[in-house]
Amino acid sequence: MHPIRLISRLDIKGPNVIKGIHLEGLRVVGKPGDLARAYYKDGIDEILYMDTVASLYGRSSIFGVIEETARDVFVPITIGGGIRTVDDFKQALRCGADKVAVNTAAVKRPEFIRETAAAFGSQCVVLSIEAKRHAPGQWEALCDNGRETTGKDVLAWVQEAVSLGAGEIILTSVDMEGTKKGFDMDLITRVRELVEVPVIACGGAGKAEHISAAFLNGNVDAVACASMFHYKLATVSELKSSLHDSGVPVRLS
Amino acid sequence: MIVVDYGRGNLFSLKQALLHVGGAPKISSDPADLATADKIVFPGVGAFGDAMEGLRAAGLVGPLKDAIARGTPLLGICVGCQLLLSLGEEFETHQGLDVIPGRVALLPRGNDPQRSDRIPNVGWRRIRVNAADPILGTLDAEDYVYFVHSFAPYADPDFVAAWLDYNGQEVPVAVRRESVLGVQFHPEKSGDAGLRLLEAFRKL
Repeated sequence: MHPIRLISRLDIKGPNVIKGIHLEGLRVVGKPGDLARAYYKDGIDEILYMDTVASLYGRSSIFGVIEETARDVFVPITIGGGIRTVDDFKQALRCGADKVAVNTAAVKRPEFIRETAAAFGSQCVVLSIEAKRHAPGQWEALCDNGRETTGKDVLAWVQEAVSLGAGEIILTSVDMEGTKKGFDMDLITRVRELVEVPVIACGGAGKAEHISAAFLNGNVDAVACASMFHYKLATVSELKSSLHDSGVPVRLS
Repeated sequence: MIVVDYGRGNLFSLKQALLHVGGAPKISSDPADLATADKIVFPGVGAFGDAMEGLRAAGLVGPLKDAIARGTPLLGICVGCQLLLSLGEEFETHQGLDVIPGRVALLPRGNDPQRSDRIPNVGWRRIRVNAADPILGTLDAEDYVYFVHSFAPYADPDFVAAWLDYNGQEVPVAVRRESVLGVQFHPEKSGDAGLRLLEAFRKL
């Protein structure tokens, strides 16, 4: 069995990393470069930056953050938030990002996925989904960091996006996000069954058991954690050794 | 040390990693630089055919082959590794640089949609290396390296230098011929293990 990828999610607002609950009620938790370096030194497998205001104001200021991080953090870096054009993609990759997460731009024009996959390869194109549960087995994809409804059904959207060339899915449960009460396992399991590309579970991780469940029962490839690390519920290395002890394969460095 | 720029790769991270291990990389698309380079790093992302087209458009196919023929140590990474082979089978069949005999083909599929290794192969993996290889030999059995790919370099067995167990098959993930080494994974994204490998290349 290949090891689960443990991703640190850093939500960016201007020069700061912020964290909220249900993508709202934000507070500052630190500087992006400092946190990314600390998590890297402690063994994180990947860094995910989400620019939380870029969609609102149209222009992303996150490229400088990526460039600073990529100077001494030698694990994959994904950037999302406010990426709208092929040029945005190009700039993100030039600054040291390996993958780019798209949500709003892809919802508005799904062909954007096909165009960017053709230009940069599917491995670069990550579909970010913010799923809001409406009924058992039914979720709506939100965009603009949970602020806008789209009318799109998550399970249909994920299949459409993969057929267009999305190479990976970041699946955030808006309902569980920031609660530390565990992932939306039903959501994870349903999406996992529908697509072959890697699925990253995001939103709700509060302890090692949540991650074990997502991996062993939900069969996800990766999990993204924010609160757990930002609020020091566990360090990266502590979390990895708990996972290892409970039979979840992890990269120990 | 020249990092070949033909518009297909995350050159910033690679350059930072090479600087980090004490190298002095120069990113260049100038054929003259390849002629005088004492070492060449040959990166690449995306599809095989498109990358080969980029290399041709940049006028670098001949200069790269010349440098290899002169024995300049070369490290191919990801699609840069794949292009070293004779043929690529992504979308349709494309000619590669043909430095190492073999073809680039899709990873083996498993038969359990839930539990089999999925394609693309994304993440940290342990690999088995030819321990005698001066660069790959720096990796320990415990080390993980980072992959993101769907195709693998199926070189003739004599030229395979590392293997990944994928869906029960031993898949080639590094190729070696004399001073040329190609790795399918990303050493610049593989933490300390990758940096060690880059440092060994830098010190050659």
